[in-house]
Amino acid sequence: MAPGLGVMGEKPAAATTKHLSLGSMASGLREVYESGRTKDMEWRQSQLRGLISLLTDKEEEIFDVLHEDLGKHRGESFRDELGILVKSVKYTLQNLKKWAAPEKAINSCSLLLQHLLHHAHHSAEAPLVAFPATAMVVPEPLGVVLIFSCWNFPLGLALEPLSGALAAGNAVVLKPSELAPSTAAFLAANIPKYLDSRAVKVVLGGPNVGEELMEHRWDKLLFTGSERVGRIIMTKAAKHLTPVALELGSKCPCIVDWLDGKRDRQVAVNRIIGAKWSTCAGQACIAIDHILVEENFAPILIELMKSTLKRFMAKPGGMARILNEKHFQRLSAYLEDTKVAASVVHGGCIDPKTLTIEPTILLNPPVDSDVMTEEIFGPILPIITVKKIEDSIAFLKPKPKPLAIYAFTTNESLKRRIVEETSSGSVTFNDAVVQYALESVPFGGVGHSGFGQYHGKYSFELFSNKKAVFRRSFLIEFMFRYPPWDDSKIGTLRHVFSYSYILLFLTLLGLRR
Amino acid sequence: MPSCVDHRLRARQLPDAINRPPGAKLSSVEQSPCCLPYTELSGVRSVEHWSMAMGRVAPSVDEGTGEQRQGVVGLGETVGELRAAYESGGTRSLAWRQAQLRGLLRLLAEEEVAAFRALREDLGKHHAEAYRDEIGMLVKSANAALREVEKWMAPEKVWVPLIAFPARARVEPEPLGVVLVFACWNVPLGLSLEPLVGAVAAGNAVALKPSELAPATARFLGDNIGKYMDAAAVKVIQGGAEVGEQLMEHRWDKVLFTGSPRIARVVMAAAAKHLTPVALELGGKCPCIFDTMGGSARDLQTAVNRVVGAKWSSCAGQACLAIDYVLVEERFVPVLIKALKSTLKRFFTDSDHMARIVNARHFQRLRGLLQDPSVAASVLLGGTLDTKNLYIEPTILLNPPLDSAIMTEEIFGPLLPIITVKKIEDSVAFVRARPRPLAVYAFTKNAALRRRIVDETSSGSVTFNDAVVQYGIDSLPFGGVGESGFGQYHGKYSFEMFSHKKAVLTRGYLIELTARYPPWDDSKISMMRQLYRYNYVGFVLTFLGLKK
Repeated sequence: MAPGLGVMGEKPAAATTKHLSLGSMASGLREVYESGRTKDMEWRQSQLRGLISLLTDKEEEIFDVLHEDLGKHRGESFRDELGILVKSVKYTLQNLKKWAAPEKAINSCSLLLQHLLHHAHHSAEAPLVAFPATAMVVPEPLGVVLIFSCWNFPLGLALEPLSGALAAGNAVVLKPSELAPSTAAFLAANIPKYLDSRAVKVVLGGPNVGEELMEHRWDKLLFTGSERVGRIIMTKAAKHLTPVALELGSKCPCIVDWLDGKRDRQVAVNRIIGAKWSTCAGQACIAIDHILVEENFAPILIELMKSTLKRFMAKPGGMARILNEKHFQRLSAYLEDTKVAASVVHGGCIDPKTLTIEPTILLNPPVDSDVMTEEIFGPILPIITVKKIEDSIAFLKPKPKPLAIYAFTTNESLKRRIVEETSSGSVTFNDAVVQYALESVPFGGVGHSGFGQYHGKYSFELFSNKKAVFRRSFLIEFMFRYPPWDDSKIGTLRHVFSYSYILLFLTLLGLRR
Repeated sequence: MPSCVDHRLRARQLPDAINRPPGAKLSSVEQSPCCLPYTELSGVRSVEHWSMAMGRVAPSVDEGTGEQRQGVVGLGETVGELRAAYESGGTRSLAWRQAQLRGLLRLLAEEEVAAFRALREDLGKHHAEAYRDEIGMLVKSANAALREVEKWMAPEKVWVPLIAFPARARVEPEPLGVVLVFACWNVPLGLSLEPLVGAVAAGNAVALKPSELAPATARFLGDNIGKYMDAAAVKVIQGGAEVGEQLMEHRWDKVLFTGSPRIARVVMAAAAKHLTPVALELGGKCPCIFDTMGGSARDLQTAVNRVVGAKWSSCAGQACLAIDYVLVEERFVPVLIKALKSTLKRFFTDSDHMARIVNARHFQRLRGLLQDPSVAASVLLGGTLDTKNLYIEPTILLNPPLDSAIMTEEIFGPLLPIITVKKIEDSVAFVRARPRPLAVYAFTKNAALRRRIVDETSSGSVTFNDAVVQYGIDSLPFGGVGESGFGQYHGKYSFEMFSHKKAVLTRGYLIELTARYPPWDDSKISMMRQLYRYNYVGFVLTFLGLKK
């Protein structure tokens, strides 16, 4: 769905010139990185401040381009992209110094104390035999990194990782999706104005450009998009041994348990509708894909959804449109399946002229139909009924691991079973999509939904190398480490590896073998 | 099978090598703007990619196909069994994880002699070296994991802003599923079982593919793992390149590969098909910056002990963390050489105390490095090769040409080039101009130089005043960066490598902010503005209509 890496363009001449210019851009960035300027803490902070200024100064323009690309209302754009970004970049700016500081792994003084106070076996990873020594983990930037963003949150999925890459002190190339052309053009025009244009580049273009970018060596690559392109990207990255993070999609299920209170039901339905139709019309990797509910609760849920949808979508423009004709066709095709069409209980109207699809609810479409085997990525919501809500766990287990699992329930044992028996990037109870806004939890997939996590400190870590720095002194030298070997040396080594220092001491004194 | 050849260390004075102006060589490198091309661990280039690096000895045709066909069927079944064992949920419990770690500890204790024998057979490792670098190290790691695993498994509670109230969030580690570990031949037990400790501690089912280039150890693992650990969830798969290739046809939830960059590329490209995350532990030329020791004879001796230990006593230099070459100031060369020579003489009184070269192919590769005439001319010490016993004498070279294979490829053997620099600070530029190594070592008392090394060079790890020992510190991550690979393990990092950090957010129904939802109006945007700033007063005022 996102930037496809198709075959090379038909015009080899044009491709060659572009190739050359991309090559010189890449080596230029490497030079800038090697100069060390991006490692500087002040540089990192100034870039983050630049991002905040960009988002503040250009707010109106941002609302316009997101509306042009996806028909997003400014309320939705602010909630899902602009507002979240400003919050997130500010959080990074506040915490950056702490994240970038070396972390003490062991300290010989505290170590010695530990050993004196406790029995050696109770202290963690603390080999006294290394005394005197200090061990630190020092984060360092990876170098020149590449970010492929996706079209559905064309601003958020570009700038959220960018802020992490800059915070970690890298030079960055950002390749926005060509399927959201207005936002891509906006980024290309404004990023050089607000950020260090020598260390941060925006590269525009389609699959050809993506493919050409992958000919170069990057120190890290973050890709947000489809599984198919994710595979191509990773295969290409293997050539240069570039570590990759893949943010892919999946069918995120939402388990809705029987809720007793009328108010709780209403709140749950608000949140479900928000997480399906109000997040880019369901075109979001963490949007609810389908609902699992007990048979007898389904009618109640559907009625409540209908009335709430009427209220939420009262004004026109409350929901985004479908990205383009291709995706519109794909979604229309789901509804053309006669069995699926027969399952429509709400909506189902499509308008090819405006690329809009009415919020649509399906009740029990066949589980082997496309709408239940592919990621929907649109405003169609299948509701699948189960006999008992606990059965939904068995329903989910054989399916590929999704990016998120949602469950509306107050049943603690069901919650525990969901966390322990299913696997997914994240689990959110009694709400949906909002976990994306939380900096303190990692965002990313597992299994088919990808790998590599970001947001908050995890973004900083995604683009950093944790360098182990170990320092010893010359004060104590144990000759039992070295050949020529004899049995007493092995005896001594045995005590060292079991941290039995008393025995070690006795052995060294020759009182024990 | 101790080698019977007399390996007296012979010093050969080669005035040419000593007198060659070393500065000239260095400056040519400093001028070159980018990294030198990185060539692979293995110098042989004539064989196909996969089979070569896995070091396959080509079987006769009919034998090969028959074996292969059977292999495919058998492997599919094995992988299916592992998946079933994982899906049953049995590997998730703390008790299972602890039982596996205990089993591993019992294996190491009860089969120690057999392990010593296998390591001696494969690499001629003395059992003391085998204990120090493999068995003892593993006992320590498995004990630490056993002690810590419950703590590692505990969910981590994290901060949630007031706006989400009532809500709580935690990060909960969960196993990845069925993971595959490719070990390497140089530390065949350690590089198999150290990752295995992490993988079972994290609750995964594991397939372990030991290197067929250390066949006795591979057999040892194949014979014993099933006896001491859950045979349904931990399986050893023996075989060569073709088995490795077949394994990568299957879907794994994580692959850890230790070996050469060339095979790493093949493994990663194969993993891409199933979107399997990989960790690659590769090699690199680990430099050792050797500063003057401020005139202290004792410190100099200690430093030299550690250099000799980290070069010739770690599998005869066949270790990804071993010192590859030394950088030293010109004026300090005679002192260093003298100390190295006398220490080598003391440490290796018996050639049996150093490991041999793994096989004839690697022996030829190392011989090839020395056959370059300008390299041969730089040999100061050693240089004798015993083809029959695959033994190479500890060899020191002074200023071999920087564009020779010995200075562009990872050496992985008992040859130590010493490269002179005018000032020790120049070594920072020297290291920077080359691919990022797994480790940078520096023996120095100069704090400013230490600072510069940490800040200006990039590597998996930096160790000051010692070498290789960082491998034994559980609280430090072990892994490379750039050309030396990616993904870190050891201690808690091993647990994390084989775990997924699942974000779990729980919200309540008490408070519902309808400003989140359409239909949109300006006041809702204003309210969200306050909320994203965590400006709750502003939010209340906007909510009450007192502020826009």
